[in-house]
Amino acid sequence: MGDTVIKVENLWKEYRLGVVNHNTLTRDLQSWWSRILGKDDPNSIVDGRPQTSGRFWALEGVSFDVKKGDVVGIIGRNGAGKSTILKILSQVTTPTKGVVRFNGRIASLLEVGTGFHPELTGRENIFLNGAILGLSKANISKKLDEIVAFADIEQFLDTPVKRYSSGMYVRLAFAVAAHLDSEILLVDEVLAVGDIAFKKKCIGKMGEIGQCGRTIIFISHDMTQINSLCNKSILIDNGKLLDYGDARTITTKYLDSVNDLVEIKNPNIRSAIPANFKKGPKIESVSISDTKGNLKTCFTSLESIVVNLKIRPELSAEKQFSAVWFLHDHSDAQIAVGASTPMDTTTYPQSTTCLSCVINPISLLPGSYRLRFVFHIPYHEMFDDWPNAIRFEIIESDVNQTGYSYPGIWSAQQYVQHKWK
Amino acid sequence: MDTGSKKTWDKVITPRNGWFDLHLDELWKYRDLICLFVWRDFVSIYKQTILGPLWYIFQPLLTTIVFTFVFGNIAQLPTDGMPPFLFYLSGVILWKYFSDCLVGTSNTFVNNAHIFGKVYFPRLTVPVSVVISNLIALFVQFVLFLIFYLYFLINSVLIHPQPAIVLLPILIIQMAALGLGFGMIVSSLTTRYRDLTHLVSFGVQLWMFATPVVYPASSFPDKWLWILSINPMAPVIETFRYAFLGAGSIDLQSWLTSIVITIFVLFAGIMLYSRVEKTFMDTV
Repeated sequence: MGDTVIKVENLWKEYRLGVVNHNTLTRDLQSWWSRILGKDDPNSIVDGRPQTSGRFWALEGVSFDVKKGDVVGIIGRNGAGKSTILKILSQVTTPTKGVVRFNGRIASLLEVGTGFHPELTGRENIFLNGAILGLSKANISKKLDEIVAFADIEQFLDTPVKRYSSGMYVRLAFAVAAHLDSEILLVDEVLAVGDIAFKKKCIGKMGEIGQCGRTIIFISHDMTQINSLCNKSILIDNGKLLDYGDARTITTKYLDSVNDLVEIKNPNIRSAIPANFKKGPKIESVSISDTKGNLKTCFTSLESIVVNLKIRPELSAEKQFSAVWFLHDHSDAQIAVGASTPMDTTTYPQSTTCLSCVINPISLLPGSYRLRFVFHIPYHEMFDDWPNAIRFEIIESDVNQTGYSYPGIWSAQQYVQHKWK
Repeated sequence: MDTGSKKTWDKVITPRNGWFDLHLDELWKYRDLICLFVWRDFVSIYKQTILGPLWYIFQPLLTTIVFTFVFGNIAQLPTDGMPPFLFYLSGVILWKYFSDCLVGTSNTFVNNAHIFGKVYFPRLTVPVSVVISNLIALFVQFVLFLIFYLYFLINSVLIHPQPAIVLLPILIIQMAALGLGFGMIVSSLTTRYRDLTHLVSFGVQLWMFATPVVYPASSFPDKWLWILSINPMAPVIETFRYAFLGAGSIDLQSWLTSIVITIFVLFAGIMLYSRVEKTFMDTV
């Protein structure tokens, strides 16, 4: 294995909650003066609660090593401490305790387009942004054509960026970032912006960087991205490092643990039934399982999903109703639909208390998906609409038993069974 | 992991900075960034203005005309026998450089919080670029001063350039250091005490009246002279006027005192600044 290029030892980070200090000079001086005189601090909290109570540890003793050429994904729930680690590594803030050692030049991308000035032209901003990220002027000049081509903004190069569309702005910003030549790259979830085509281009570029033997540390909530880009992964929860190892093993473990948590509820019981719909049957809860009846929220491609709905029956003038499901991907695009309508020769009486639907093998590529349910009489009455009924993950699987699986980075959402001859 | 081997690391991050962490080498590495910040400040201020960089000239020129009228003609303040216009112009230009450096630097942390929170580069680049940006303005304004100076020199017997003119670079460096030092002290403190932001522009205005900008030091009442002796800007302006216009004198003792104060302020500024720069993101 290569050399260790980042060595993180016992990293602790404390944040103070609430008011950091008195925020006015006179009061601080008052406190300081009374401390010198040995008096009680006139500004201390009266009920005797010690002032240290408003502190919290964002990181608690995190240690890890990263070797040269590793692409490490940091995963964990919101607030687990992922960003704090990246902030310390990129020297935006300091650790409270602990040491980090580096070998090689570091560049960090906690945000794209840092320091862009709206009045300056695209060209000027490329230089400014590049310099902020640590590139020398000569270096940027050398790469200028490449950056401009990558961002696809040739005609607007000498227009102030305040006139750019937001898409152009982001493309330009990422183009600069993608051409950083540092040996270590720290990337926050910057890929969350931009249109899908550009996103793919960026991920491709990052993959390229990774293959050049550069070290990347990467935060993402998108497990398929982690799986396709990273060879290692760090799992963090509540400021503690839970696991560090092979990316696929860790992401699977993380998804399993997430499934146990409240984030994806299965069955998902509705907290409140909306009152803005017509009198009629309402969904109380939903659960999904495999064909054997095991509740789960992680499926592989080509696996059937069984949906079970519990319904609070409510009779309206109509005697029947139809149920519809919509399938959305993580970018919220609606990618599939299925319905019980007169066309499908299935409608239900309004006294129904439970419904089930077997969705035949969906050949989805890995990613996060959600189901939406609608109860209605087509073109006539709307009884219920539950947009975020349930979420599930499609994880990578070896559908063709070839020893390989389809990565989640392709712009397609579906895998269709096919045969080459 | 290769334990035991004495490895050298390019960079080590530890919890706290020392009191005096200057890293001039790092600052030098980022000299391109300083240039670009200067360029950004220059370009962005004058975009979409009709007069553009001409404002560099108009501002001190109009101020000087008003000062000449108000303080010279109406209030009839003495100018030590120097031509009033040159007297005020020199004071205005020098004071403007100092106060622009101070005010510009004092906003460093609060104004750049969004950049500082996202990417690391030597934080000192920002105040240094402010001082350099203002140096460009000073240069343009100094050329303006020279034009009027030569005009008066040819037409008037009132001014006598002194050999002390060679001290000009030192005076400029001293003003830059003073503005930078005070600015860094203020900007470090504003991360905790926002009150100071209100105080600065107001305080600088008042400070001008405690400095011989619109009057010569010789007309200052004797029992208040101590104010001028602790004001590090006073000897700078006095020395400049003496060197170029030949009135008054260099008071070596007070000038040396002001240089000592300047060095002290600069070091205090750098100390506070390097203390604050690493953790201010958590408090700002």
